[in-house]
Amino acid sequence: MTTPMDKHVLLRDEDVQDIRELAVYQANEGYAGWKKAVTSMKGEEVIGVVKDSGLRGRGGAGFPAGLKWSFIPKDINPKYVTVNCDESEPGTFKDHQLIRNNPHQVIEGTALCCYAIGAHVAYIYCRGEFKEPVQNLQKAIDDAYAAGLLGKNLFGTDYSLDVYVHLGAGAYICGEESALIESLEGKIGQPRLKPPFPAVSGLYNKPTVINNVETLANVPGIVLNGSAWYRQWGTEKSPGVKIFSVSGHVKKPDNYELPLGKYSIQDLLEMAGGSSTGLPIKAVLPAGSSSPIIPAVNFHAKLDYESMGTIGSVLGSCSWIFMDESVDMVWAARKMIRFFKHESCGKCTPCREGTHWALKLYDKMLSGEATMADVDMITTVNKQISGKCFCPLGEFSTSSMTFTLKHFRKDYEDFIAQGKGGSAAYRRELERDHHMHELHGQAKAHS
Amino acid sequence: MLNSMLKEKRSAEIEQILAKYPPERKRSAVMPLLYLVQEEYGYCTDDGMREVAEICGIDPTEVKSVAGFYSMYRKHAAGKYVIEVCDDLPCVLRGADKFIDYAEQKLGIKAGETTQDGKITLTTVMCLAACDRAPMCQVNLNYHYDLTPEKFDQLVDELKKRDE
Repeated sequence: MTTPMDKHVLLRDEDVQDIRELAVYQANEGYAGWKKAVTSMKGEEVIGVVKDSGLRGRGGAGFPAGLKWSFIPKDINPKYVTVNCDESEPGTFKDHQLIRNNPHQVIEGTALCCYAIGAHVAYIYCRGEFKEPVQNLQKAIDDAYAAGLLGKNLFGTDYSLDVYVHLGAGAYICGEESALIESLEGKIGQPRLKPPFPAVSGLYNKPTVINNVETLANVPGIVLNGSAWYRQWGTEKSPGVKIFSVSGHVKKPDNYELPLGKYSIQDLLEMAGGSSTGLPIKAVLPAGSSSPIIPAVNFHAKLDYESMGTIGSVLGSCSWIFMDESVDMVWAARKMIRFFKHESCGKCTPCREGTHWALKLYDKMLSGEATMADVDMITTVNKQISGKCFCPLGEFSTSSMTFTLKHFRKDYEDFIAQGKGGSAAYRRELERDHHMHELHGQAKAHS
Repeated sequence: MLNSMLKEKRSAEIEQILAKYPPERKRSAVMPLLYLVQEEYGYCTDDGMREVAEICGIDPTEVKSVAGFYSMYRKHAAGKYVIEVCDDLPCVLRGADKFIDYAEQKLGIKAGETTQDGKITLTTVMCLAACDRAPMCQVNLNYHYDLTPEKFDQLVDELKKRDE
């Protein structure tokens, strides 16, 4: 199966060479939606068309974008737009491609969001490790200023807009919207209590819209061509197109842009060339480490928000990590728990201590010292985290335990019964992690 | 006496950074300023952090807490070139662990350590958003994809040459 979008809406760098350059972007309808909005539409009208398009947030939560924008109170100023480009979920690399290869579309979408809600300043919060691709984004912003597409009195109107890039510095938690705001205010990135929601009290306690990069990259086309145009793709409840980051045991790992609801998980696997190892695919994580794992038996499910729910999983950020039969789910779960233990912001005890103890138990599994009582203890620790954390990321940390145990409990039982722990490979992995951990704070660059 | 090396050497950039944020919200500049400190001193030194605190009008303790929270701010000097290899789940499925074995052997150090000449630090890191091109790494934050032992040899040779 080949890629079904002959003309991409988002990954347009795959159709148009050098679309990262302003002249090329403009020659391909770039900033036409922006000009149309500023010169002939009211902010409410922009919100209206985005609402009608049914565009949902692409960062993971799937909240309707137009509705989010409509929550911004009119009478409180200034207002802000913050763009979430803190892409850090293992398996996700779509925003990376967008800011590197199609940055003007991200900027135009950001600008349209600002105009819609009446904001005059936007901050694009990029993870610090994106320093290299951010050079393309910053150049695009500079070129847009020089061409009069950003800055003061745009298109001869009294509307002015500034767009800035703000670099994070290595913290997964800053992908959570209120932690991102805290970070942008120069504080440690720990989530805020909600309510109040950012729409009322966000950056500097002012009304703030936070959207993911991919969400905003959809907006220029919607404003230029209308909501019906966008709805030619997708389903009633999941309209439009979505980028699927595909990685793991497939022949062609890459970003795939697809209409929602048309293809199944099996189709996606085939588009990516099928198994790269010759072994059958055992399972897939649909939204990285934070998502409920899907066993191959459910690969018939369609790729949209509703269908993923019916098989007990989520569409989320669409970071599809395929794993073949050789992957032991005890090992995979440990990898994911290691990530969450490392990235816990430390605000809530259940997440901070729970991920610490969970990793200890998984380390015990890998070292070959565990018994079935430790498997039960994993369940117990998991229950002490689940439902007890302040932000969704604490909850995410439990998915790898909950759902590998649910779908692949036999892997845990076999692991103990067959004495798989303590192998040379597992010992080396544990040693490496412990060595890195010991050096943490010494010769450490970042980890 | 208060150190003002940053202000003396990077004043234009400091102004540029401060201009991004509302005048009464200088604290927002803490993170970009800490990157300047790191560039100047090699890591987040006490002097550098005190200077950031002065520029932002906040307590040095608050700057230290920010530097401590985010993993990209170094608390100690590292090698001139920092090679960071992702060993998260998607990368390891594509052989990142074996690649790190090779890198350790080639450099004669373990992940987390710096070569004796102080040139190269090798570390493992969490996901760097390039899972489709694994094994992959960053060298001083520049991406290197689809790594093989041969490519790594070339990379290391090139880094060594850069210093000659």
